Amino acid sequence: MGYRLGVDVGGTFTDLLLIDEATGQTFRDKVPSTPSDPSQAVINGARGLCERQNIAPADIDLFLHGTTVATNAVLEKKIAKVGLVVTDGYRHLMQIARSLVPGGLAAWIIWPKPEPMAALERTIEAPERMDAEGNTVRELDEAEMRARLEQLKASEDIEALTVCLMNSYVDGQHEKAVAAICAEVFPDVPISISSDILPEMQEYERALTTIANSAVRPAVARYVGNLEKELKDWGTKARLSLLRSDGGLMSAEKSAEAPVNLLMSGPAGGVAGAVWVAKSANVKNVLTLDMGGTSTDVALIEDGAARLQRETSVGDLNVRASSIDVKTVGAGGGSIAFVPELTKALRVGPESAGAVPGPVAYGKGGELPTVTDANVVLGYLPESLLGGSFTLDREGAKKSVQTIADALGIDLMDAAAGIIDIVNENMFGALRLVSVQQGYDPRDFALMGFGGAGPLHANAMGKLMNSWPVIIPPSPGVLCAYGDATTRQRIETQRSYNEMVQNTSDGELTVYLDNLGAQVRQELEAEGVAPDDVELLYEIDIRYAGQAFEIPLSVEPAGLSIENLIERFDTEHERLFTFNLDETPHEIVNVRAVALGKSADVAPPTIDKGDADPAAAKTRDHQLYMDGKIQDAAIYDRALLKAGNRIPGPAIVTEMDSTTLVHSGCEALVDDHGNLIINPVAGA
Amino acid sequence: MTAQIIETNSAPFNNSEVDPVTLDIMENALRNARIEMDATLVRTAMSPGIREQGDAFPLIADRDGKMVVGQFGSFIDGFLRSYPGTIEEGDMIFLSDPYSCDGAVSHNNDWLVLLPVYRGGRLVAWTAMFGHQSDIGGKVAGSIPIDSKSVFEEGVRIPPVKIYQKGVYNEEMVKVVLHQSRKPDWCAADLNALIASCRVAARRVDEMCARFGEDEFASATDLLLARNHRAMKHLIETSIGEEPVSFTDFICDDGVGFGPYKISCKMWREGGKVILDFEGTDPQAPSSINFFLNENMFKMFFGIYMIMVFDPQILFNDGFYDLVDVRIPEGSLLKPKYPAALAGRTHALGRIFDILGGLLGQRQPEFLNGAGFSSSPHLMYSGFDKGGEWFQLFQIGFGGIPGRPFGDGPDGHSLWPGFTNVPNEFLEKYFPLRIERYEAKADSGGAGSFRGGNGIHMTYRFLEPGTVAIHDDRWFTYPWGVNGGQPGDRATKILERTDGSREVVGNKQDGVEVREGDLLHFITWGGGGWGNPLERDPELVALEIRQGLVTAEGARDYGVVIAEDGSVDGPATESLRADMAANIVESDSPFNFGPDIETLRANCLEETGLPAPVQPGTVAA
Repeated sequence: MGYRLGVDVGGTFTDLLLIDEATGQTFRDKVPSTPSDPSQAVINGARGLCERQNIAPADIDLFLHGTTVATNAVLEKKIAKVGLVVTDGYRHLMQIARSLVPGGLAAWIIWPKPEPMAALERTIEAPERMDAEGNTVRELDEAEMRARLEQLKASEDIEALTVCLMNSYVDGQHEKAVAAICAEVFPDVPISISSDILPEMQEYERALTTIANSAVRPAVARYVGNLEKELKDWGTKARLSLLRSDGGLMSAEKSAEAPVNLLMSGPAGGVAGAVWVAKSANVKNVLTLDMGGTSTDVALIEDGAARLQRETSVGDLNVRASSIDVKTVGAGGGSIAFVPELTKALRVGPESAGAVPGPVAYGKGGELPTVTDANVVLGYLPESLLGGSFTLDREGAKKSVQTIADALGIDLMDAAAGIIDIVNENMFGALRLVSVQQGYDPRDFALMGFGGAGPLHANAMGKLMNSWPVIIPPSPGVLCAYGDATTRQRIETQRSYNEMVQNTSDGELTVYLDNLGAQVRQELEAEGVAPDDVELLYEIDIRYAGQAFEIPLSVEPAGLSIENLIERFDTEHERLFTFNLDETPHEIVNVRAVALGKSADVAPPTIDKGDADPAAAKTRDHQLYMDGKIQDAAIYDRALLKAGNRIPGPAIVTEMDSTTLVHSGCEALVDDHGNLIINPVAGA
Repeated sequence: MTAQIIETNSAPFNNSEVDPVTLDIMENALRNARIEMDATLVRTAMSPGIREQGDAFPLIADRDGKMVVGQFGSFIDGFLRSYPGTIEEGDMIFLSDPYSCDGAVSHNNDWLVLLPVYRGGRLVAWTAMFGHQSDIGGKVAGSIPIDSKSVFEEGVRIPPVKIYQKGVYNEEMVKVVLHQSRKPDWCAADLNALIASCRVAARRVDEMCARFGEDEFASATDLLLARNHRAMKHLIETSIGEEPVSFTDFICDDGVGFGPYKISCKMWREGGKVILDFEGTDPQAPSSINFFLNENMFKMFFGIYMIMVFDPQILFNDGFYDLVDVRIPEGSLLKPKYPAALAGRTHALGRIFDILGGLLGQRQPEFLNGAGFSSSPHLMYSGFDKGGEWFQLFQIGFGGIPGRPFGDGPDGHSLWPGFTNVPNEFLEKYFPLRIERYEAKADSGGAGSFRGGNGIHMTYRFLEPGTVAIHDDRWFTYPWGVNGGQPGDRATKILERTDGSREVVGNKQDGVEVREGDLLHFITWGGGGWGNPLERDPELVALEIRQGLVTAEGARDYGVVIAEDGSVDGPATESLRADMAANIVESDSPFNFGPDIETLRANCLEETGLPAPVQPGTVAA
C-alpha cells in the first residue's frame, strides 16, 4: 500500500491532497495555479508536498486529477480542426443540425447563425449506406472513399478526424472500414468513430458528440502527455487517472481517446467532494450549491450518489456523454445588477464583472454594482478579510448600489437586499430544476454550499428551499481535491436496444446485459483494477413506445424480470408525470453497463473538541442588515473553531478563501470534521 | 352568453403592495413554470409532431384570463365571453373547434386544454396549452384535407366541454373523441401530456400563492401586465408613425386551382394606439387554406415582433392589448364564415409573420429582414405495411431563415419557436422510409450582402406503397429580399418513380399514391437576401462554394467569378461587379418581390412545371 494523490486545478489555487492508503492519514497543500500551463502547478505542488512530508515519489500509486483542459478548449474555442466523414447525401448534417432556433416566437430575428464545430469545407461524404436494421444497402466504395480523403488532405489542414455514418449505432462495420482508410491516408491524425463514442440512435447528436471528442482530443492528449512525462521525470510510477464528467475516474490512455467524457471534469470534482463530505457528515441526500464569481453549479446527491444525466453541456455545446446532472446559472458574486429603462425591473446577471474589472468593492476598476458589492453593503462581507491583508472598498460598493436604489426609488439597504434576493432566486430556479422538476422534494435534502460565494448564500438558499441542515465544508478547493482522491475508477458503455417488451424475453435481455458487463469489466481490469474489486452495475432505459423520454432503471442480470421492470417504470412515470398509459406497450430503448473500481477509504480529518461556546474564535463584534433592519452580529475565525461550538446567527465565519453567513434565527454547529452545520433555531 | 365563474369564497382580492424585487421574483417563477410545461409535454407526448417537433404552445394567465407568460397570447377572455356554462373548481375545459372559441385555436387538429386554478375557493389563475394532433379522423390521414369544402370534412370537432367536471374525469366523452382518430394511441398520450403540463403549472401557481400570498399573486400579475403596457406604449409611440404604411403578400394557391390569395395589412398610429387593418385582403377560399385569425392572437404576434425587432429585452404578456386595434373584414381569408374549411390554415398563419416583418421594418429599413421561412410545410405518408400494420407519418419541414440586418440567415432552420426536425434515423427505424439526401440546397437562399438561408433538399425513398400528401407554399411567389437583397428560390416537389420517370408534384396535394422504391424530392424554399450582394466578400462566396452552400454559377449573383481551381478570379469579379452595379435600378421600395404576378403566371408552367393558379373569384378553366 502506498499513497494516492488528488489534485484539483482551480482558477486561483491548485489544491493537493495526499492520502496514505494504509493509515488514511492525509496531507494537504495549496499553491497558486499556473493558467498558461496548469501542469506546472500540479507537478511543482506535488513535489513540494512530498518533499516536506518525506514521501518518496516512487511510493505514490495513484495520481487522481480533475481538469478543465477539455472544458476550456471548448469555451475558448481553442479546438482542433476536425475533418468529418458522413454518409452520402448528408454533408450538411451539422449545418442543418436539428433546425431548432432557440428562444420564443420571432427569436430567429436576433439569433446568430452558428458555425458547425466541424467546418463544412472539412466535411466529406462516404459512398456507402446501411439501413436501420444494420443491413448494407450500398457497399462502401473503398477506392472512391480513398480518393475523397486524399482530396480532403490536399485541400484542408486536418488535426483530428470524425466518422459518423447513418445507422452506425446498429452496426459499426462501415465506420470501421472508413476509419481504416482514414488511418492510411492520415497516418498521424487521431480518428474518432461514432459507433465507438456513442452507439446511439440520432445521427446529429451522435455526430456532434464524436466531433466534440475529436475537437478536444489534441489538447487533452497534449496535456495528459506532458503530465505523464513530468511525472516520469519526477520519478513516480503512479498511474494517472482523470476525473470524468460523471464523477468516475478513467485512465490517462482512455482519457486521450475519449476526452469528451472530461468536459465537466471540473464541476464533477466539487460534487464528488460533496459526496464524500456528506458521507462523513452522515447525510445521504444533499443539494449542492457551488457558487463562484460568474456562475453557480447546482447538483443533487441522492442516497450518497450524485444524480447523473445522459448529456453534458458546455457553453452552447450539448453532447450525449454522461455527466453529473449539474445545472449552471449565470449567477455569481460578480453578477451585475441593473434596472432596464423600459420595464424598471431589477435584474441581476447574467452579465458578470468577472475577475477584471471585478466588483466595485475589490477596487480593481469595477464601476457597476455586483452581488459582491451588495454583500459588502449589507455587511455580509466584512471590509477587512484575512487579518487585514485584503481590504474591501465599502464606500465604493455603497455608491454603486445607490444607483440601483435611485432607479427603483427605494433606499440603499433595501436595494442591496433586493440584489441578493434576486440572485438567490436565480439559483433557486436552478435548484428547482435538479430537485422539484425531477420529482424530488427539497425538504428531504440537506444543502451544501461551497465555491467562493456559496457559503455566503447557502443559509438563505436553505431557507428558500426548506432544505436543512445547511452544510458548509471547510475550504472549498480542498473539497474538490478530496473528490478527486476518493472517487472510483469507472467505465461505462451503452447500446441502443429499441425493442418492444413483447418482442424480447428475460433470457435475451440477460444475455445482452451480461455481454455488456463482460466488456466493461474487461476494460476496467485492463486499467489495472483487481478483478475482485470490480463492481458491475446495469441500467435499462424504458419508455412507452412512441415517447421521447426514457426512464432509467437499475437492474441485476441475475433474476431479471421484464414484468417487474414494467411495474417499476409505471410507478416512476406516475410519480414524475401524474399518469400512466395503460394501453400503450413499453419499449426497452437503451441498455447500459457500468464497471466501478474500489473507492479509497479515506477518513475525514477531525478537529479538536470544545464546548458550545465559540467565544475563543470570535474576531470582533459587527453589524449587518438583515430581515429589514440593522442587527448586531459577530465575526468568527474558522481556523479557531472547535468541534461542538455553537454559533448563533446572525454571524460571519471567515477563512482564507471563503466567508460563511449565518442568518438570524439560525445556528451553526461545528461538527467533528470542521463542517458548519446550520439549522433554524426552534422558536426563533 | 358568458361563462359563469363559481367561487365558494367571495372575498375580493385586496390590492396588495408588491415591492419591485418580489415582483421580479414572481415573474421569474412564472417563467420557470412555463418552461416546466414545455418540458413535461415533450417528455410524455407521443406523436412525432409534438414530441420531436414541439408543435404545442403553453400559457399561464391571470384570473381574468390575461396571459402573463406564454407566447401566443391569451384567448381565454374570448372563450369566457362565448362559453355558456359554469366554471367551477375541479373543472378542466377541452376544445378544438375554432368557431366555438373565436379562433383561439385555428383548426380542429389543435387540441386545447384550459385549467382554472382555484385556491381557497377563489379563482386565482388559468393555465392552458394546445398541441397539434397528428390525426383526428376525417377524410384524409393527418386530417388536413386541402380540398375540404367545410369543417365537417376535417375530423372530430370538439366544442368546449368539461373533460373534468368538479374533479371527475369524463372518460366516456374522451372515448368518443379518440374513437374518431386513426391514431388514438397518439391522441391519448398527447392529451394526457397537455393535461399534465397544465397541472404542473397550476401546482406552481398554487405554491407561489402559498409563498407570497393570494392577494400578492393577484396584484403581481396586474403589475406585470402594467409593466408590459408601459414598455409597449413607449415602443409604439417611438417606432410607429401616424402616416399609414401597408404591406401585401400572398398565399400561392388554395390547392384546388385558384391563387394567389392576397393578404393586405395597413398600419398606422392614432395617439397612443396602433391600428392594424386587413382591409383589402382577399375573400375566403373555397378550400381549407382559410385562417380564422383571432384578433388577440394577432396583437400578441404584433407585440412580439415589435419587441424582437426593436428591443428584445422586454418580456411579453397581454398587458398591451388595449394599445392595439386589429380590424379583420368578415368573410375574408382571415375571418371566414362558418362552416368554411380551416384545416390547411398553416400557410396563411405563417405568412402573417412576413406581413408583420414587412410592415414594421418599412420606416426603419435597418431593422428589416427578408421574407422568412414563413411556413411549416407538411409531408404526410400513410398506408399498411407488408405485415398489415397501419403506419402514418406527419412531418414538418424546414427551410431558409432570411438574411438579417446583422448577418446571414441560417440554412434549413425553423421559423417556429421550439420546433426541431425528426432525426432521420428515427424515421428509418419506425417508418418504412429511407432518407437518401438531407442537405441545404445550394443557391436557394437569396443573394445579398447577408445571404438568405438555404432551403432543404430532402429525398425520401418509400419502402412500402402508400399515400402521400404535401402541403407547402411559396412555389409560385418568391420569398422576397430587402435593401438590395434578392429573393430566395421557390419550393418544389419532384416524384421520381422506380422506372426513372420524374414528375413535378403540386405543393398542396393530397392523395399522391407512391409505390415501393419511389423517391420524393421534397425541396423547401430559401430565405430572402438582405442588402446588396455585390458588397459580400468574394472570399466568403468562394468559401461557401467549398461548403456546398453556393455553386460557382450561383456566385455570379454576387458578381463573383470563380476560377478553375475554386479561387476568386479577382479581375473578372471586379469587372462583373462593375457591370452589375451599373445596371442596378434604384427603387424607392426596400423590397424585391421578383417578377410581378402576371409575369409569374405567364412563366409558371415553364419555370415550375406546374400550371399557373387561376385568379380567385373567377371561374376555373
